[in-house]
Amino acid sequence: MVCEMETDQIEEMDVEVLSSMWPEDVGTEADKQFNVEKPAGDLDTLKEVTIEEKPTIADLTRLPDLLNSTHQGTSQLTNLVKQWEYMQDNAVRLLREELKNLNRQREEAEAKELKIIEDYKFESNEPENVPVLDETSDLFRKFRQKKRDALIDSKKIEIDEEFDTVAYWKQKALSLEKMLEASTERERRLVEKLHESLKTMESHAAPVQELTQNLKRAEGFLHFILQNAPIVMGHQDKDLRYLFIYNKYPSLREQDILGKTDVEIFHGGGVKESEDFKREVLEKGKASKREITFTTDLFGSKTFLIYVEPVYNKAGEKIGINYMGMEVTDQVVKREKMAKLREDNAVRKAMESELNKTIHITEETMRAKQMLATMSHEIRSPLSGVVGMAEILSTTKLDKEQRQLLNVMISSGDLVLQLINDILDLSKVESGVMKLEATKFRPREVVKHVLQTAAASLKKSLTLEGNITDDVPIEVVGDVLRIRQILTNLISNAIKFTHDGHVGIKLQVISEPSFARDNALNADAEVDNGLTETSVWIRCDVYDTGIGIPENALPCLFKKYMQASADHARKYGGTGLGLAICKQLVELMGGQLTVTSRVNEGSTFTFILPYKVATSDDYSDDQDEFSDMTDHQSEPDDTTEGYFQFKPLLGSIYSNGGPAISNGFLPHKVMLTTSPIKLINGFVADPSNNTGQSEIVQVENGGYVDETKLETSSGHCPESAHQYENGNGRCFSKESESCSSSQASSEGGTLEMESELTVSSQREEEKAETNLKETSKPKILLVEDNKINIMVAKSMMKQLGHTMDIANNGVEAINAINRSSYDLVLMDVCMPVLDGLKATRLIRSYEESGNWNAAIEAGVDKDILENEQVCVRSTNRLPIIAMTANTLAESSEECYANGMDSFISKPVTLQKLRECLQQYLH
Amino acid sequence: MLGLGVDRLQADINRLLASLFHQGVLDEHFLQLQQLQDETSPNFVYDVINIYFDESEKLLRNLRLLLMDREFSDYKKIGLHLNQLVGSSSSIGARRVRNVCVAFRSASELSNRPGCLRGLEVVEHEYHYLKNMMHELFQLEQQRLLAAGVRYPI
Repeated sequence: MVCEMETDQIEEMDVEVLSSMWPEDVGTEADKQFNVEKPAGDLDTLKEVTIEEKPTIADLTRLPDLLNSTHQGTSQLTNLVKQWEYMQDNAVRLLREELKNLNRQREEAEAKELKIIEDYKFESNEPENVPVLDETSDLFRKFRQKKRDALIDSKKIEIDEEFDTVAYWKQKALSLEKMLEASTERERRLVEKLHESLKTMESHAAPVQELTQNLKRAEGFLHFILQNAPIVMGHQDKDLRYLFIYNKYPSLREQDILGKTDVEIFHGGGVKESEDFKREVLEKGKASKREITFTTDLFGSKTFLIYVEPVYNKAGEKIGINYMGMEVTDQVVKREKMAKLREDNAVRKAMESELNKTIHITEETMRAKQMLATMSHEIRSPLSGVVGMAEILSTTKLDKEQRQLLNVMISSGDLVLQLINDILDLSKVESGVMKLEATKFRPREVVKHVLQTAAASLKKSLTLEGNITDDVPIEVVGDVLRIRQILTNLISNAIKFTHDGHVGIKLQVISEPSFARDNALNADAEVDNGLTETSVWIRCDVYDTGIGIPENALPCLFKKYMQASADHARKYGGTGLGLAICKQLVELMGGQLTVTSRVNEGSTFTFILPYKVATSDDYSDDQDEFSDMTDHQSEPDDTTEGYFQFKPLLGSIYSNGGPAISNGFLPHKVMLTTSPIKLINGFVADPSNNTGQSEIVQVENGGYVDETKLETSSGHCPESAHQYENGNGRCFSKESESCSSSQASSEGGTLEMESELTVSSQREEEKAETNLKETSKPKILLVEDNKINIMVAKSMMKQLGHTMDIANNGVEAINAINRSSYDLVLMDVCMPVLDGLKATRLIRSYEESGNWNAAIEAGVDKDILENEQVCVRSTNRLPIIAMTANTLAESSEECYANGMDSFISKPVTLQKLRECLQQYLH
Repeated sequence: MLGLGVDRLQADINRLLASLFHQGVLDEHFLQLQQLQDETSPNFVYDVINIYFDESEKLLRNLRLLLMDREFSDYKKIGLHLNQLVGSSSSIGARRVRNVCVAFRSASELSNRPGCLRGLEVVEHEYHYLKNMMHELFQLEQQRLLAAGVRYPI
């Protein structure tokens, strides 16, 4: 019973599971057995294809064959058989158990019968007649015993009547009758049960049928799964003919496929390959996978992942293959995309790192260039000091040998300076620091000036010519300094390499060159906005009839530090930077520099630059620069003149000889405006002062101050004198304790720049002093012997906006006053040679008498004063302010008594000086 | 040298100056001197002080020569020298040198030879002390300028 229950349950469960996955109508029609209808959405597409046909005719006939012939089929069958056997066994087991039950019941019934009989015997209450040595009796006894054990409780018959009475027997009969009834009833029930069991046995009679049903369900499930799986499955025989297929391409019918090979069905790429692959698997007997791309007329290009495994029959012979294909086109495309992306990524990363490297290198380079520029600047500053001082030195009295040495010194200094300037320019351009300025200028004047300058220093018999076509505007806007730098550079190059013939500049307007049009966009962005409208392209040729440049040297001509050949470098000198700078400058200005040359015939350097055309009505300040340099008296048509020529002067420059031939220019005039001459002028300006002093020194030679005096008088300004000592050493070293103004500057660093400043400012001062006579500034004379006090006072004066002359003692003061008129004298009281008090007395007496007799009497040099006797001063009282140290000897009363107007107590402060000046200068 | 200690150097300079003022070695004239320095004469103080030492060195040498001479009697000359020294010292604000010079001068006015010799000693002492201090000051100043001038290319 229990077992039956269990099997029922299993069955129920199976039904449940299957029914949930399997449509209700499955199996009702034989046709649909293997082709389950797709869900409603797909119905339309399949209509034409599947409905007309009976798509599942295929396997029903073949399947038994397949099952019989292959291992899988066998094993499935074996399983089925086993299952069936098991169920049979189960049934047998159940039947046996039932039998056992029945047997037992029968035994019980018999035992009961026996007992009844026994009881009946016992009624007689006689001892048991047990036959001795009878086995049966023994058995019987045992049985009886057993019986009694089993039934003793339930079958106790209670009779309350007296034994062996009628009532007793009656009662006993009654109870026995009841027991008999119960027994009969039991028997009947048992028979019923037996019948029932037999019936159930009958219901189990057809297990095969049940199994078939199960099998069908499982099959249906499998079909359903396979039908919906996104894979193609098929079985092919060993000739690779399809025996059956699932999920074929929808437009193909079953009969189009079955019994045919791939090649027969499809055409196009990949078919042959898959065929071969299948064959290979078949031959090798080893399952494998492969990805094959098909390009067929039927479904276009699709990639399939194909799994093929061989199939063996029971005998182990190959009978065909199982084939599974899955479309992976999308995945393949994605995968390829992915790979491509990865590749791109890698490439990009590599590029990035490459770029980073480049950036790094560039940064390093820029830094190095910046460094170079800084270094060059640091070198240049002290060097210009050296050169400048050497130039000053060359204006002093020197013997021939010294002058020669000095000339070498100056020229090499100039060379180094030039080199450093070049480097500086170059690195400025390269590092992008250089800023271009837009100034208005006249190209004709620039050309003229460049040629003039070149002509002035020309030492060869060359003709310099300038040729400017009429269409070149009178004024254009550009960076004139740079353009002049380029022109000068090219011209000096041309002159250097030309021994005879001519060198010239030619200017002409051209149409916009092609390279500029190419870069038109960039140019518009870079150059000022309005340029396109009003700009003009000017081509400038610098030609010569020199040695020319061999063709193979042309490429490296514009490279840094390169000259056409090592020979030339030795012969002509130069840094090899000039052309590189020119090129860089031209390119910086948006132009182009080219060269054409023929050996021994000459070279032509051509640069093309864009300029903005200036409106000619407003004259900018910059123009003055050039009008300064050219003659002031040149004719008005000078501005439009298109041709200049300069013939060699050959030595005339140095002797200030004949003027230059041609348009009335005097090239040496240009020379005069250059700085070295200015310096000379500055020194020459007050020669009388100088000589006068030295004479006095000679007079007073025995005195103790000779050393100091010589120093102060030798150079008009003590700073410059000290600068010559610079080379000797540091400020506080014992060897050279003479310290000077710009000594600190020789220590390098930022101080060096300042030294240049001091040098130039000093020059300016000199210039200012020489120009003082013309200006209306008050003239102040400081009479003071103490250098420190002089310096301090001078500096204070400078802050107050005045300059002043210096006299070192009373005698010098008198001489100075004699020579020119002063508005104020600051007089130290305590001085050597002639003290302030005496000097003041003498000055006052001169003011009164108009002559210097008193002074001459006092021992002041007669000749000088007498020379100047002629000019009689106005009787205006000259304010003389004493500077006293407030000692007893220099009391204020004494100052007033000696004719002084006021006094400042020493040390002088800015405040005191200012008050004093305010009082006496108007 | 790397331009990292500008502030520290400036602090050192200030400290040194403060101590010099405190000791009375310098006075307000030195400050005035510093105020005179501007862009057109960036080394003014340095130049002036250097010339001062230059001159004073010579004066002191002369003074010593004069005083070492056994038959020495020219106190007037000593006075002139001292006047110079007093003048320039007060100009640059070297107060202590100036003061000892004044004392020296009064000894010379009294023709007090031992006093003069003692005066010279003191002046020389003060002078050298000042010189050392100035030397230190300028060296600091120079280092500061160098450090301040360092520019790193960016």
